[in-house]
Amino acid sequence: MTEDQSTLPNIEGLVCAVPLGHSEQIVLGHGSGGQMSHNLIARLFLPSFDNPALRAGDDAGVVIPQPGTKLAISTDSHVVTPLFFPGGDIGKLAVCGTVNDVAMMGATPLYLTAGFILEEGLHVEVLEKVIASMRSAAAEAGVHIVAGDTKVVQKGKADSLYINTSGVGIIEPGIVIGGNQAQPGDIVILSGPIGDHGIAVLAARGELGFTTDIISDVSPLNHLVAAMLKAGKKSVHVLRDPTRGGLATTLNEIARQSQVGIHLNENSIPVQPGVSAACEMLGFDPLYVANEGKLVAIVAKEKAEDVLNAMRISRYGENTVIIGEVKPDPAGRVLMRTAIGSSRIVDMLAGEMLPRIC
Amino acid sequence: MKHITEYRDAHLVHGVLGEIRRTVTRPWVFMEICGGQTHAIMRHGLDQLLPPEIELVHGPGCPVCVTSLELIDKALAIASMPDVIFTSFGDMLRVPGSACDLFSVRASGGDVRVVYSPLDALKIAQENPQKEVVFFAIGFETTAPANAMSVLQAQHLGIQNYSVLVSHVRVPPAMHAILSSTQNRVQAFLAAGHVCAVMGYWEYPPIAEKYQIPIVVTAFEPLDLVQGILMALRQLESGSCKVENAYGRVVTFEGNVPAQQVINRVFMNCDRKWRGIGEIPDSGWCLRPEFSSYDAELRFSVQQISPEESPLCIAGQILQGIKKPHHCTAFGTLCTPEHPLGATMVSSEGACAAYYRYAYQQANSRLHD
Repeated sequence: MTEDQSTLPNIEGLVCAVPLGHSEQIVLGHGSGGQMSHNLIARLFLPSFDNPALRAGDDAGVVIPQPGTKLAISTDSHVVTPLFFPGGDIGKLAVCGTVNDVAMMGATPLYLTAGFILEEGLHVEVLEKVIASMRSAAAEAGVHIVAGDTKVVQKGKADSLYINTSGVGIIEPGIVIGGNQAQPGDIVILSGPIGDHGIAVLAARGELGFTTDIISDVSPLNHLVAAMLKAGKKSVHVLRDPTRGGLATTLNEIARQSQVGIHLNENSIPVQPGVSAACEMLGFDPLYVANEGKLVAIVAKEKAEDVLNAMRISRYGENTVIIGEVKPDPAGRVLMRTAIGSSRIVDMLAGEMLPRIC
Repeated sequence: MKHITEYRDAHLVHGVLGEIRRTVTRPWVFMEICGGQTHAIMRHGLDQLLPPEIELVHGPGCPVCVTSLELIDKALAIASMPDVIFTSFGDMLRVPGSACDLFSVRASGGDVRVVYSPLDALKIAQENPQKEVVFFAIGFETTAPANAMSVLQAQHLGIQNYSVLVSHVRVPPAMHAILSSTQNRVQAFLAAGHVCAVMGYWEYPPIAEKYQIPIVVTAFEPLDLVQGILMALRQLESGSCKVENAYGRVVTFEGNVPAQQVINRVFMNCDRKWRGIGEIPDSGWCLRPEFSSYDAELRFSVQQISPEESPLCIAGQILQGIKKPHHCTAFGTLCTPEHPLGATMVSSEGACAAYYRYAYQQANSRLHD
């Protein structure tokens, strides 16, 4: 088969289309935790509810209801298919997600509330399993679920079960943690391998055509945070759990909030072989895959070793590593030294992560 | 992943890079055909490590990018119909048509589902006999065998409610089109490894001979890419123009013959319009007449529309290697992955998306051009 093209395409003036940009209608990308979510918050929520706690753009809002009392408050709605996946379920996720968001402000989480939206027809047995899982996660975290709400919607109006949790915790005096606190010279610490939760849930849906033994990392990180603060109370500048949007999106948020450049070393970012293989097959980058039991910390250089050691002897921190450092430039950007010694931008997740074609 | 780390070994990569530096004596322009190669180059920052004499331009091998606007608009129209389940590879959902994309169709109530394989779409058809299930069969030679197989399976199993919206494109005619253009700058090709895994490289010797150009079948890891570049460079420096295979661990001259047989049984050559480039004769595959009952275009009478394109987007010139993403005035400002003006910014294989995501220096240098 050979071709001989006598007619050649006209290459001038042929161009691409202008899309809607999704400013008129909500699409799934708005919930991805990436750039589209940020745009929605900046355009709609922030101007409407504007206040300093919200404007800070951290995992939890920090308020001072009376002098000397500093509270961190967070809320999170949990929708996951399937409800049960290797390593966890929607109940454990709902407790850990909010506990972690509160803990990421350096707060000690104390109380949670839980709101349930149930689809008509849901088996009570399923709900019992989820509740038992919430109870055990709350016990591990040392928090109490002190208020709740239940609504039932018609069959087809929800996907079996949604859970919203809100949480409150107290921040001890002297702790100043926030996305805008990263300083040039600081060290970037990651508590373990990335991408486990996202791949475990994807595999549990049974759509991949292959199986993995990857288990979700969903876990409460408040005791790990407490150990870190004990080792260097004033030296921990930023804490964040890289959930939706993954490590890349989280670090971009911090780089923008603090107006610093974050420099990563690709070789030092741990990814389990199973996660790495699944990502290669699907065309995903593990840097953008969700975690539910990892945190990234930005710590003053002189205390980095102490914090690192404290993490490594704590549960869920055994595989903690240093992955990079903070520099003044390029402000608001994340750069990565690749395994072969070049350098590249690590950007935010744009919308939904989509598997590649071939 | 087994056998991945070896091909990302910094020591080995730098060894080949050293050999490239010792071999090169003057500037040369290489085109990597496949968007997957473009992304690997940018993701690993290979372009920064190559000597300045080696210029890489990015080819048209991004299936999402070259699927014509008319066909995307047809897909959007079909996906919006009641009683249709429209299935597609995930990448396609974000690609803008004239007025919206598949995400918007889904948000407006259309049943649009992401599948990993057309055989999954066939399964959906079996499970939903009261619905019409349409699969958006896009892509190069890589996706064609599975797409063809889904049609054969549908026939074999007597599944009536399955059809495909076919937009297959082929690499060799695009190579002819690029090399015949008066604006062509390409002096050597890195042929797309995955395409050759299916098709072999028996189609390439006439191209190498006609245009006196080296063609090296190249894979996707850093070591593969520098090896492909080195082999093509040696040919250029010595005035040779052969077809060589740097992906011998997967690709043979004949390719995957049973896969080609499946393709040929279901598809036949046709003219195809490439988004941003225009119509290239004989550059596509469409269903053979005996399979026309599986043709979604025939099954759903979709009105012809005249699409509107952004006057700013230079995707056509980028896909032919005439311009680079950062030469575009809209790059990174008006056109970003969240608000793409063209498909090259949408797809994970698109050259603009690769530059935007990975290339800090190029993105900044645009300001100084």
